[in-house]
Amino acid sequence: MGQIVLNKVQKKFDDVEVIPPLDLTIEDGEFAVFVGPSGCGKSTLLRLIAGLEDVTSGSIQINGRESSDIPPAKRGLSMVFQSYALYPHMSVRKNIAFPLRMAKLDKAEIKSRVENAAAVLNLTDYLDRRPGQLSGGQRQRVAIGRAIVREPSAFLFDEPLSNLDAALRVGMRLEISELHKRLDTTMVYVTHDQVEAMTMADKIVVLNAGVIEQVGSPLDLYHNPKNTFVAGFIGSPKMNLMTGEVAEKAGAQTLGVRPEHIAVSDSAGEWSGVVGVSEHLGSDSFFHIHETGLAETITVRADGEVNFKHGDQIFLTPRTDMMHKFDGGGNRIV
Amino acid sequence: MAPAVILLLGWMLVPLTATLYFSFKKYLPLRGDSLENGLEWVGFQNYTRFVGSSSFWPSVQTTLIIVGSVLVITVILGVLLALLLDQPMWGQGIVRILIISPFFVMPTVSGLVWKNMFMDPINGILAHLFRFFGAEPLQWLSQASLQSIVLIVSWQWLPFATLILLTAIQSLDSEQLEASEMDGAPALSRFWHIILPHLGRAITVVILIQTIFLLSVFAEIFVTTAGAFGTKTLTYLIFQRVLESQNVGLGSAGGVYAIILANIVAIFLMRIVGKNLDR
Repeated sequence: MGQIVLNKVQKKFDDVEVIPPLDLTIEDGEFAVFVGPSGCGKSTLLRLIAGLEDVTSGSIQINGRESSDIPPAKRGLSMVFQSYALYPHMSVRKNIAFPLRMAKLDKAEIKSRVENAAAVLNLTDYLDRRPGQLSGGQRQRVAIGRAIVREPSAFLFDEPLSNLDAALRVGMRLEISELHKRLDTTMVYVTHDQVEAMTMADKIVVLNAGVIEQVGSPLDLYHNPKNTFVAGFIGSPKMNLMTGEVAEKAGAQTLGVRPEHIAVSDSAGEWSGVVGVSEHLGSDSFFHIHETGLAETITVRADGEVNFKHGDQIFLTPRTDMMHKFDGGGNRIV
Repeated sequence: MAPAVILLLGWMLVPLTATLYFSFKKYLPLRGDSLENGLEWVGFQNYTRFVGSSSFWPSVQTTLIIVGSVLVITVILGVLLALLLDQPMWGQGIVRILIISPFFVMPTVSGLVWKNMFMDPINGILAHLFRFFGAEPLQWLSQASLQSIVLIVSWQWLPFATLILLTAIQSLDSEQLEASEMDGAPALSRFWHIILPHLGRAITVVILIQTIFLLSVFAEIFVTTAGAFGTKTLTYLIFQRVLESQNVGLGSAGGVYAIILANIVAIFLMRIVGKNLDR
């Protein structure tokens, strides 16, 4: 159970086609992440699966059951919203119990399920508080609690961490991943943050303007991006994409090399340039190199100890086995 | 003290003191009493006479019935209308203005329009409607006088309630409704568990503000029944005492009773709905 199959799903708002017909299969128990820049249709796609939007054409199968005409509540899915969408006038206990009350379960059953969920999410001490009295992270956990009590066949997450601060986001990221391991339920997760996608996903779906650019495991996308869009989107800092003479010499229109695959030296190397901005993270240092004649800036990643200053002349050597070649259409040359 | 406080105190205290002062005096202008000649101190005589009148308790009852019925009607219909107006539809802007327009009609005018255009037993639209269906036209203002007043006043205040409740509905986070839809709540449950609690505060505001104004409803009664057929409210009784009987002292004592009644109602309301405002 928990398999979601999209078959030629298309969505139009009036005459604007936001999602051209697309096919996608999310296997049972998989953690699938939809990632893409804002406005790429990833949230719309999630809402189509949830049933909050109707498909214009095509079909959605959940658990092998044709679901595109089934109302959201009957699809057996739970959703965690970006704003958490907690009910402000209900206590945490009532919030979590709400889907069970709507399903008309008996009181004892509701109580035990709510307390189980609260224990799993460390919310037991907060059960009688209102959402307004909780911190962002706790609200997030209540929203997840409300989703898990229904024991759905799949969870849908719509950018659930974007309202949290950076430290909390890392913590919640781990908690959601752990929850996935423990529940072993299908999860579909929407984010614009490629770090979240890389760290959490079994399968990443990269979307751009409603079109699926590539589907694959995080490392697959990292090592074998299908086109320049995926190459530029996955990985941080972004892959350096160079056109012109260097690329032609390698037999490509565009040549890509990731910042971590370029060695820096102050004495000798294949390319040379001048250091612009440097960003020191402690563990690593990022240098933005200008005047290389390859691209406007080349980003390189070096060890944290390396210390070049603004205006220093340095030399770069790319790892040739880690270069990515793309043709005129931006597609990967194998 | 800030100037604003002084101004407000003066605004409130001067008429209040004057009312209190007259309520302890015999002041019948037509019988030659005047401020220049000095007024006779009569103690609590005006107060006992006002309560002792056979019109007093019925007028309190009428006041409470009008306030209560109008509140119930405007809040319930207001919620329904607000829900309806929140739906996307063609010509939304114009429909909203039309719905709100009764609020711009002066109470006297709306009273006269209702009396002459709608409720007139011979030429009124409602009379024609009754006859069209073969029924005997109802003599609204004499046979169903209190209900007619409630109808007119509700018509006047419904736009206000609708407007406040509509803005409240529009401020509801749509993700909450979607979440409850995903949680398996059918439309009626969504209304009951999500929309209505969200409206709690707005409903409280509507009830409190309307009560203040409804306790002093006057023009609608004056131009329609003139207090006859059991439509005499406390406000109207005071008006009759002061202007028709020309007894300022007795009317002032009634005014003090009206203040007390308003405060009792206010205390009850704050107890019942006021806690909604704390959230």
